[in-house]
Formats: sequence, structure tokens, C-alpha cells
Amino acid sequence: MKEFTLLELGKRLGQLLVSLFLLLVVTFVIGRVLPTDPVGAIVGELADPAAYAAMRARLGLDLPIYQQFWVYLTSLLQGDLGTAILTGNPVVNDLASAFPATLELATLAIILSTAIGVPLGMTAAFFRDSWFDQFARVISLVGHSIPVFWFGIVGLVIFYATLNWVGGPGRVDVYLEGLVEPQTGLLLIDSLLAGDQEVFWNAVNHIILPACILAYSAMAYITRMTRSFTLEQLNQDYVIAARAKGASNWRIVSGHLLPNIAVQLVTVLAISYGSLLEGAVVTEVVFSWPGIGQYMTSALMIGDMNAVVAGTLIIGFIFMMLNFLSDLAYLVLDPRTREVTA
Amino acid sequence: MSIATSAGKQNKASLVLSRTGRGLKGALSKLSREPVGLFGFIVLAILVIVAIFAPLLAPYSATAQNLSNTLQPPSWQHLAGTDEFGRDILSRLIYGTRITIQTVMAVTLIVGPVGMLVGIIAGFVGGRTDAILMRFTDIVLSFPSLILALAFAAALGAGLETAIVAISLTGWPPIARLARAETLIVRNTDYVAAARLYGASPMRLLFLYIAPMCIPSVVVRLTLNMAGIILTAAALGFLGLGAQPPAPEWGAMISSGRQFMLDSWWVAVMPGLAILLTSLAFNLVGDALRDILDPRHARS
Repeated sequence: MKEFTLLELGKRLGQLLVSLFLLLVVTFVIGRVLPTDPVGAIVGELADPAAYAAMRARLGLDLPIYQQFWVYLTSLLQGDLGTAILTGNPVVNDLASAFPATLELATLAIILSTAIGVPLGMTAAFFRDSWFDQFARVISLVGHSIPVFWFGIVGLVIFYATLNWVGGPGRVDVYLEGLVEPQTGLLLIDSLLAGDQEVFWNAVNHIILPACILAYSAMAYITRMTRSFTLEQLNQDYVIAARAKGASNWRIVSGHLLPNIAVQLVTVLAISYGSLLEGAVVTEVVFSWPGIGQYMTSALMIGDMNAVVAGTLIIGFIFMMLNFLSDLAYLVLDPRTREVTA
Repeated sequence: MSIATSAGKQNKASLVLSRTGRGLKGALSKLSREPVGLFGFIVLAILVIVAIFAPLLAPYSATAQNLSNTLQPPSWQHLAGTDEFGRDILSRLIYGTRITIQTVMAVTLIVGPVGMLVGIIAGFVGGRTDAILMRFTDIVLSFPSLILALAFAAALGAGLETAIVAISLTGWPPIARLARAETLIVRNTDYVAAARLYGASPMRLLFLYIAPMCIPSVVVRLTLNMAGIILTAAALGFLGLGAQPPAPEWGAMISSGRQFMLDSWWVAVMPGLAILLTSLAFNLVGDALRDILDPRHARS
């Protein structure tokens, strides 16, 4: 619990910068140092030595390692992440078109998991040890234990193939693809902007199942944390006082509890959002969702390290920013962290 | 003098033994009052037994193909059906327990000691060492672990060992934080001060007086971690980055069963159930252990 000062902000910022630098070092090591033969992966194993050496020079692999890192750093700052073997496009362009799909999926998932997880956790805490509490515990335990990709496959078979309630893999049905001009890249918003109802509802139909499945594991975590935050507050004097004054349960929740656990919740939500972006990788593979996850995994299969490194960088970057922002939220939003040292 | 010390040692040993015995007895009696945790323990015990005696228990070979017998639904001959190569899925699941347990144990044996070492040194030494170690821990904690594991596996080539290393790389920070917090509490207790007065060296203090006090909560945390390790390992296997075919890795089995999902659901569903059950068991055991070993952090 520290006072919020510029010094504190500077410290956090410094830590963020160190983290980001380390992320760069790690991705550099993954992309350039660890692969046994990046040149051979491009020119083939049977290429003649001259072509091999030429490719090696073109990739800059003949330079000393610190110079290579410098090249990596400077080209990164210029927005150059290399060319993807799979598509032949600059990786940056590929990422720019894949990222909105992942963002859309993860954002819908965090909305769903918050909307269900927070009330569920609070109710469980209010009726502690009741059947409802046990029920919430089972739900969240299973959520912690279920393999997301498997759940996705099972969900597809039940809700798409058998019941036909939702759309199948992909963001929209094939015949509707490319009808809406991308503006934000978020299909739900683009189709609304374009006023295309058919595409919008079709997209909703497609996103709802992967979003729900992705949301489940985050919801398990949010429920569990909300329950323990609420329990902590319920034993406090102010809640008992409010009760004694005859405040309704609803009044206690909205007027007293929520403001007190809000900041802790923000931290939990930020962490969940990060892990959702990450969890989206496997979910996307199952649902053929054209996002970063699918892009990365198809790049993995052919050893396209440029694409893999770029995907790691962008998700790592967002992950760290989320951590940083939730730390800040803690310092800025929670007056208790200020009063303690004052 | 030497007789006295050896007698002291013996005394100490028997004391430790009887104390562990009493602790175990207490734990078991507490456990019997916690049926859900007990269920988790039983599942894990069965899992370990199955892994040890896999060749005796498996009705068929895990890898031998039988192309005249492909994609058979579950029946009395094949309780979990057969896959696209006619291999008995139950036998593959049984052999797969070995891979799962191997992965979990390996990661835990790397992550536990590393995390504890970093944590207790940071907590015990304090000052600048503490600041540097914890900053580094926080930084590793802010890495996205699955993505990093993915990238590492991609760079080093797919395989079980790579998966284990990749998962371990980002697995130790929570343990380090926990061990540090425990150390900070224990560091200033009277018995540590007494030991220091008697002239115990820092090493001795660290490993004989402080580290043992961190073990209960670290064990709880490690057990809860195991559920996550299983899920991450299965996800890597599903993406083709874990144990390679024909090894009966559960995640990889789901991946290959995916294409037959509509007509032969059992190929992908059975390994998924195995993962779910195992991971659930680790979570239940972790919760129960927390209540037993670590009353301070007990589930409220």
C-alpha cells in the first residue's frame, strides 16, 4: 500500500519498460538464437553452399549477436517484423488483419464472464455454504479443470452439428464473407455500421459459441475471486451497521459492497482479459477463427519464426500493458491505498 | 560429547518421525471429513497406480495398429472404442497417464525448488537482493505463459522435453512470491533468533529453520498448479507441440480425434474426459490440502 505519487508512477513505468525490454530479448532469443537452422528452413536442406551463405547474409545471421539484436530492435521500432513465409505478406499487415478477430472474441468473452461471474460470486458469498454456494463452487471448479479446446469441439458437435442452434466455424457463413467493408476490423461493429442486419446476426450466431466457451474458464476465476472479496467485506463492521439500519440486500450490494471491491475486481478482470487473449489461441484453432492464434499456430507448423515471434510480441505487449494499467488503477482508484501512508 | 550428539540426533530423528506420523494421522482423519477432497485423492492414487502398472492393466497395445478394426464404438471388447488406426482407446489412455504424470512431476520438480530458492533467499537476505529478485519475478509473472511456451516449443522443435521446459520457464514466479511471503513471517520469529544466537550459519538457518516452514503452503500451491500444468501440456499436445505420435498423449489424441468427431465422438471425447477428471482431481486435492496443511490460508 503506497501513496500515489509521481515517483511511484515513475517506478511502475520503469518496471514496465524493463519488462518490455526483456520481452524483446526473449522474443529475439526465440526467433534468432534457438532455432537450429533458420536458413535451412528457408532454402531447404539440399541447397548449395553459395545460396545458403547468401541467405544467411540476407537474414543478417553472419553478424555478431549484439548487432543482430540491434537490427531486430531498430527494424521493430520502424514497424518491420519481417515477411511471413506462409502468406508472403509483411507480418505486420497479417497481424493487423488478424488481431481484430481475436480482440472481438476476447472482448465478448470478458463481457460475458464478468456479467455472469460477478453476480454468481456475490450470491455465493451471501448465501455461504448453501446449495447455491456449492453449485457455484462446482461450476468454477469444472471451469478451472476443463480443457478449453476439448470443450470447444464438444460444443461444436452438440450446438452446431446436432442441434444446429449456432453457426459453425469461422466468423460468418462462407456466402456472407467479405460483404462488409472492414473499418474497425470488428465484424460485429462493421456490419452494424454498414447497416447489414443479415451479416450482423450471422456473425453473432458464429461468435456466440466460441465466446461462451472461452468465457467459461475466465468466469470460473472471476466467480471464485468475487466470492472471496465479498466474504472479506461481509464481515466488516460497516456491512453489519448497514444491515442494522435496515438496508436491503440490494442496497448493501450496490451502495456498500461494490464500491469496496471494485478496485480488486478491476485487477482480476485485467488478468482475466490477458489470459483470455491467450486462451483465444487454442479456441481459434478449434473454431477456425481467423485471429492471431490461428495465424500463429499455422505459422508454427511450417516453422515460420517471424510470424510466431510477432504474435508472441503483440500478445506479450498487451498482457504487460494490462498488468501495468491494473496496477495503476489500484493506485489511482483506491483511496485506501493513499490514506494508509498519509 | 560424541555420544551425546549421536543420542541427540537419534532423539531428533525419532521426534521427527513421530511428529510426521501424528501429522499424517491428523491429516487422514481430517481428510475423511472432507469427502470431495478424498474423492480427489482417490482419483490421483488410481492414476498413479495405473501409470505404474500400465502394461499389466492395458488390455491391448497402445501403439499397435489394427486396420481391420478402426473407429469401433465403445463395446465390451473396447470399453472406450477404437481410433482411426484401430488402436484401443482405453489402452492408449492408460499408457497416456504415464506421459501426463511424467510431465506434471517434471515441471513440479523444476518449478518447486527454483521458486522456493528464489523466494526464501529474497525474503531472508532482503535489501537490494530482495528488490532485484522480486522485480525479476514480477517481470516473468507478467509474461503470457501459454504463448511463450508455444513460441519456445516452436523454436526448439516439438517434443515432450521441450514442452516441460517451456511450461517450467514461466511456472516458478508464483512459488517464489509465496515462499518469500512465508519467509518474511518466519524470519523474525523467536526460534530463528535463538538458532542465530547459537551460532547457526545463514545456510543452516535458511535450509533447516526457514525453508521447512514454507513447505506446506508451497506444496498446496504446487498441487493447485498441477491442474494448470496438465491443461497447458494438453493444449501444447493438441497443437502438435507436445509428445509426438504415436505416443498416446491425451491432447494429441483429441487433436486427431477431432476429424472423426461427427461419426465417432468417442475418439476425441474419451481423452478429454481423462484430462478433465485428472485436472479436477488435482484441484480438489489442492483445495483439501490447503485446509489441512495451511490453516492460515484455508478456504473461507
